[in-house]
Amino acid sequence: MAESKSDILQGTLDLMVLKTLDAMGPLHGYGVARRIEQLSEEALLVNQGTIYLCLVRLVQRGWIKAEWGTSENNRKAKYYSISKAGRKQLIAETANWERVSGVIGKLLQLGARS
Amino acid sequence: MGARMRAFFRTSEFDRDFDAELESHVTMLAEDHIRRGMTPKEAERSARLELGGLTQIREAHREVRGVPFLDALLQDLRYTSRTLRRDAGFTTSAILIVGLGIGASSTIFSVVNALLIRPLPFRGPGRLVWIANDGNEGDLSNQTVPVGPFLDLRDQTRSLSDVAAYYAFYGVGDNKMTGDGEPERLNGVPVSQNFFPLLGVQPQLGRSFTAEECKGNHPVVLLSAGFWKRRFASDPGIVGRKLTLNERPFTVIGVMPASFDFGSVFAPGSRFDLFLPLPLTPEVDRMGNTLSMIGRLNPGVTVQQARAEAGVLSEAIRVRRNRDDLRFKVGLLEEHVRGRLRPALFVLVCAVGVVMLIVCANLSNLQLARTATRQKEMAIRVALGAGRGRLVRQMLTESVVLSCCAAVLGLILAAAGTRVLAHLDAISLPLRESVHIEAGALGFTLLVAVLTGLVFGLLPALQVPAGAVHDSMKDATRGSSGGKRHNWIRAALVISEIAFACVLLVGAGLLIRSFLRVLDVNLGFRPERAAALRIDASSQYSTQARRNAYYDEALRLVKSVPGIDAAGLTDVLPLGHNRSWSAGAKDQVYSRDHPPPDVFVRIVSDGYLKAMGIPLLAGRDLTERDNASGKPVMLINETLARTLWRGRDPIGQTATYVDVDRQVAGVVGDVRHLALEQGSGCEMYLPIRQTNDYFSVDLVVRTSLPPAALAPAVRAALKPIEPNLPANEFRTLQQLVDKAVSPRRFVVLLLAGFAAFALILASLGIYGVISYSVNQRTQEIGIRMALGASAGDLQARIILQTLGLAAIGMLIGVTASWILTRALSGLLFGVTSTDPVTFLGMLIILTVVASAAGYFPARRASQVDPIAALRAD
Repeated sequence: MAESKSDILQGTLDLMVLKTLDAMGPLHGYGVARRIEQLSEEALLVNQGTIYLCLVRLVQRGWIKAEWGTSENNRKAKYYSISKAGRKQLIAETANWERVSGVIGKLLQLGARS
Repeated sequence: MGARMRAFFRTSEFDRDFDAELESHVTMLAEDHIRRGMTPKEAERSARLELGGLTQIREAHREVRGVPFLDALLQDLRYTSRTLRRDAGFTTSAILIVGLGIGASSTIFSVVNALLIRPLPFRGPGRLVWIANDGNEGDLSNQTVPVGPFLDLRDQTRSLSDVAAYYAFYGVGDNKMTGDGEPERLNGVPVSQNFFPLLGVQPQLGRSFTAEECKGNHPVVLLSAGFWKRRFASDPGIVGRKLTLNERPFTVIGVMPASFDFGSVFAPGSRFDLFLPLPLTPEVDRMGNTLSMIGRLNPGVTVQQARAEAGVLSEAIRVRRNRDDLRFKVGLLEEHVRGRLRPALFVLVCAVGVVMLIVCANLSNLQLARTATRQKEMAIRVALGAGRGRLVRQMLTESVVLSCCAAVLGLILAAAGTRVLAHLDAISLPLRESVHIEAGALGFTLLVAVLTGLVFGLLPALQVPAGAVHDSMKDATRGSSGGKRHNWIRAALVISEIAFACVLLVGAGLLIRSFLRVLDVNLGFRPERAAALRIDASSQYSTQARRNAYYDEALRLVKSVPGIDAAGLTDVLPLGHNRSWSAGAKDQVYSRDHPPPDVFVRIVSDGYLKAMGIPLLAGRDLTERDNASGKPVMLINETLARTLWRGRDPIGQTATYVDVDRQVAGVVGDVRHLALEQGSGCEMYLPIRQTNDYFSVDLVVRTSLPPAALAPAVRAALKPIEPNLPANEFRTLQQLVDKAVSPRRFVVLLLAGFAAFALILASLGIYGVISYSVNQRTQEIGIRMALGASAGDLQARIILQTLGLAAIGMLIGVTASWILTRALSGLLFGVTSTDPVTFLGMLIILTVVASAAGYFPARRASQVDPIAALRAD
């Protein structure tokens, strides 16, 4: 079901948003949503609106900052950028994921052999 | 967390911000679509669709960023105020009912707090003890000690840091103040020098007594705060002024603080104006048992230890002072002041608790009825996605808001109630003057309000449907599909209301009957149309002969006033102070194991019996010829005659007390002098002209004049011999009786009020349930009528249903009362706790009320138009 996907992968979404902002610099909500859609092939976002829930959560935790600015087309848009705390969180989370995937990888290899 | 709180308080600002953000998102998405080739309109529409449900996103955003609990609470509160305003009728009656209940609870709480819980207004009140002589409770002579033993105890005790005393036989109005302004009789009490320091009370002006001033009869006086305010308008220059008391000049040396109310603690019902130094001299010692004592426990000493030590000391003092009747009894001062009140206040607390239970049951019923009609609304909300928990919380919010509004009303009522009570001087309860609302009462009220709301809201809230509610959504006229279960619950609630009301009614009924019995008691005198006035002979009448002449003249002048039927003199009035001496028959031998009886002493003149309405049973009344030159005579009451000369004729017999012999000239009826509920004991009446042993003289008149006309007439008549009669004087005997009965009357009035309130609520409950059931069964009634049932039949059927409900309630109620009224037995007088008349009376009242409550719905049912009823579905 579409709902449960985003439930389960809420933590993953957080990670992806942080990575996106870190790699691409300050970006507005629409931009973040497009990028994640592209990367995850629409697996993570049911509709683009839910990105904002994630963004608000991240702002409250102090990992990203928000500011109103002007877009390329001279439109007003709210821009998000990663903060220092957010960068630290990103490094920690990335290390965590790599460790977990390493373990799972080994397990899967184990199964394949037998 | 801080960010969340900020978001909560600035909702609209955040909302606008987010809306702008969403708009910009849509714009950018639409632009992309346009770039891909859609038309602007299509692009925008498609963009919005891709964004998803705006409302849901907005709500989710609010939830994620704010404090959802508070958000929901605010929403609930707003919804509650809308629904309550819509159902104005229900809201008003609910607030009234709960408000009355909470008002009653808060008042009783304040009363209990002031009378039982709050510590006495002294320093270290828990360490203060009351030391009395272990004698007959009602007889002050047996409860007090002479100066000698007091001094001995004070010097020898080791468990008490100090012992102080006051003169217990102060007379009401003993101190006549003359001089500038109206002459006035004041209440003053002599206290030992360490009395105020022991209690930790300091004068607010001036100083307390010195040891020197307490050695003799130094003319210094301390004023009470109330007297200072009343008579001297709180004049700060009062210290050092001279007052003329009993024709002697006294210097005012200070004023006691307003927080100190001697009467409130030591002599309930009396108001004290002056404090005098108590001279601990041999003279006062010779007067015999006169002092009441208080003490302070040393740190670490318990009451039991002090009690034991006092017992040992009294043995030694008994021997040393040669007084057989001395035995110290030590107890906590708080216990002495409050102990008697506990049973009555306990009953009141339980009664108010039962009232609150009835209020909750009643409100529960009302809420249930409302819930039933709101089933459709509930169903829609459930269908729209509200969880059951949310709906339950909504219902509970409603109930709590209702009771909090009611609590405001209740607080106002309680404030008024306690103020009235504190000023009801007619009721003599200890510490009554200190009853007022304070922070504790506010907290209590809030607690009761919230609890009440939760309790009565719980049952209806649990009726909220959990899942599919298809039936409720359909247009079925009868609404609640859980009808049968609802009815059962409502019936159970009404039955419980009736049972509670029954318990209260029985309790109130028993107390009312006791009260009436007390009033009915044969006092031994007739209080109606009689009044008393202090007319002590002034000091110019220095010899007994002159005083006798004064009494003769006074009586003659008063009796000549038209409208006065009889007049006499006495030194003590009934239901006031008492003193007793040992007196025995001359021809009897008395020993340690067979002591002479304690006899209450009254010093009276001729005409007293007639003025008081005391019947003369044998022999003769006193006359004015019973004076110093006549034979020493006395009158005795029936009980004394029986005690001393059982079976023989007492007239002509001789009785002895101290070292005086007197011949019995007459026998009179017993007078209930101590309390209406207590027997009279032995009494003897000594002629005033034959003795000097009295400290005050009251004139008692029996008259057909109204009290307002009486005082001026008597004052005018007595002017030739007593020009300075104080104004504030005439007390009718009925007032004395009323005051003695006032604590009982207080409890009875309150309990009767609660019972009446309970009865009204129970009848409203019955009415509600029966009415509802009649509405439910309109169709059935229509069918019955169409099939030939008469109006009478239908009415009878419904009234029987009502009586059925009431009968079950009464059965439970009577059983509970049977068990519970045992707790009342200490307060009852003349009735047993299972008095059948009371029980029967209450059952009849309840039956009548229940029938009346069921009658109106019954009549409505019989007026139903069968065709309309049948067509209604």
